[in-house]
Amino acid sequence: MVATRTVFLQLVKRDVRVALRQRSELLNPLIFLLIVVSLFPLGVGPGPDILARIAPGVIWVSALLSAMLGLDRLFRDDFRDGALEQMMLLPVSMEISVLAKIAVHWLLTALPVLLIAPLLALLLNLPTHAWGVLWLTLLFGTPVLSAAGAIGVALTVSLNKGGALLSLLLLPLLIPLLIFATAAVEAAVSGLSAAGPLALIGAFMVLSLTLAPFAVKAGLRVSVN
Amino acid sequence: MQFDSWSAFIAMGGYGVYVWSAFFVTFLCFGILALEAVWRRNKIREEAQRQQARSERIQKAKRESST
Amino acid sequence: MWRWLHPYAKSEATFALNQKLLPWFLIPGLVLTIVGVIWGLAYAPPDYQQGESYRIIFVHVPSAIWSMGFYVSMAIAGLIALVWQIRTAELALLAIAPVGAVLTFISLFTGAVWGQPMWGTWWVWDARLTSQLILLFLYLGVMALYVAFEDERAGGKAASILALVGVINIPIIHYSVYWWNTLHQQSTITKVITRFESPSIAPEMLWPLLVNIFAMMALAGALVIMRLNNELLRREVHRPWAQAILNQEKKENQNAV
Repeated sequence: MVATRTVFLQLVKRDVRVALRQRSELLNPLIFLLIVVSLFPLGVGPGPDILARIAPGVIWVSALLSAMLGLDRLFRDDFRDGALEQMMLLPVSMEISVLAKIAVHWLLTALPVLLIAPLLALLLNLPTHAWGVLWLTLLFGTPVLSAAGAIGVALTVSLNKGGALLSLLLLPLLIPLLIFATAAVEAAVSGLSAAGPLALIGAFMVLSLTLAPFAVKAGLRVSVN
Repeated sequence: MQFDSWSAFIAMGGYGVYVWSAFFVTFLCFGILALEAVWRRNKIREEAQRQQARSERIQKAKRESST
Repeated sequence: MWRWLHPYAKSEATFALNQKLLPWFLIPGLVLTIVGVIWGLAYAPPDYQQGESYRIIFVHVPSAIWSMGFYVSMAIAGLIALVWQIRTAELALLAIAPVGAVLTFISLFTGAVWGQPMWGTWWVWDARLTSQLILLFLYLGVMALYVAFEDERAGGKAASILALVGVINIPIIHYSVYWWNTLHQQSTITKVITRFESPSIAPEMLWPLLVNIFAMMALAGALVIMRLNNELLRREVHRPWAQAILNQEKKENQNAV
């Protein structure tokens, strides 16, 4: 009997190693995020008030888009070279390996975002007392992005032109997250308690991490056959 | 009856454009869906007929060639 | 417990059931629509605040209610398709999706033409409207995913999974109106049902509204049945039962002409 945890860790290690070999692709979402965030002041004007007003939304929208940019890598290469079928044959339940995939996607796309979030907040003139809440929304929210994204990718991985379809599938699932995340940061900016929206985002995270693997598994079964 | 005349009914207290366009679009949508369903059924019927005729022709040709 | 479901895995049985059900949807639907629309437009009293413009409610509220109701029924069809591997349920999902999408569109459109005279704007990014827009995207996603697959079985399964995932959004949609209470008024009818409050709408308005709600359900249901029957016939056009039905229909049409 293979220990579930060993398999999980092995899968994470393998995927991280594979991703680290393609450094340029690894940096892409991060560069995209920085570019979008620095384009906004140029587009709407550099007034500190306006920037502080739109900062939560801009940061969250660009984090969402950059996460979607990295989603393709989640299953596509594995689907092409047959590693996905091997994954299905592993002696652990497939939800575990799916969870490993989601964890790797989070490590590679969301962790860098969490690290540069203060920089983004600085660029957009977000009041310092809201930084903590922004960081917490990203911490709780990005796993939802990875988990929901995995569902979308699992459903579209076998399609040749899945790109536009993927965003159509994911957009409705992610809008509530976006709304609550920006609501939390805005509450923090205006000095109110952000506990309510934060608790909801936390609930989204728990819900998506527990339920998404089942949907991903079913989706992959459809796509592989 | 809440309205005194036809023109008052059409005008809807000044909101005629909004009220009537809402009802018009609703029934237009339902009408399109219904017509599409009927039209689709006719298409399927034609297709079935064509296939039946074709299989009959093939049967006939087979019989003729075997004799 | 679920034995009764199994016969309907056969297209023929589902088709026969549909044929039996269709008049029960179509005739009450048409009659109630005529009654409800005339009642609502001509006989219901005008609203003391909104005047005659409130009459849009008689198409707006039914379409909004059933846009969500049909989504749930679509998800149930998806669940049946996935759990029992029943193919007719996949076809039902495919038949419901466009009707539901049209209902969502109607609710958005009538909401816009109602909002313009009342709020002075066609569209606001209010919770209720936004969630209705999300619902439209969900419907479009289900339909787009279905047609994206070359293999129809795979497409049906993928669409079922997506419909089930999207159903998580339905409670969010429903409670969003309580969470953020911006411009949109609270729903009058669910308040009666879920909280046993006395309705904040006059009975002279409530009754035609209820008639219209049932009318739209019946009509949209009839459309779903018609679409499902078409789809069943199209798939099984080579089978004897389908050919017998089509031939008979052809004869009836010729007699009628």
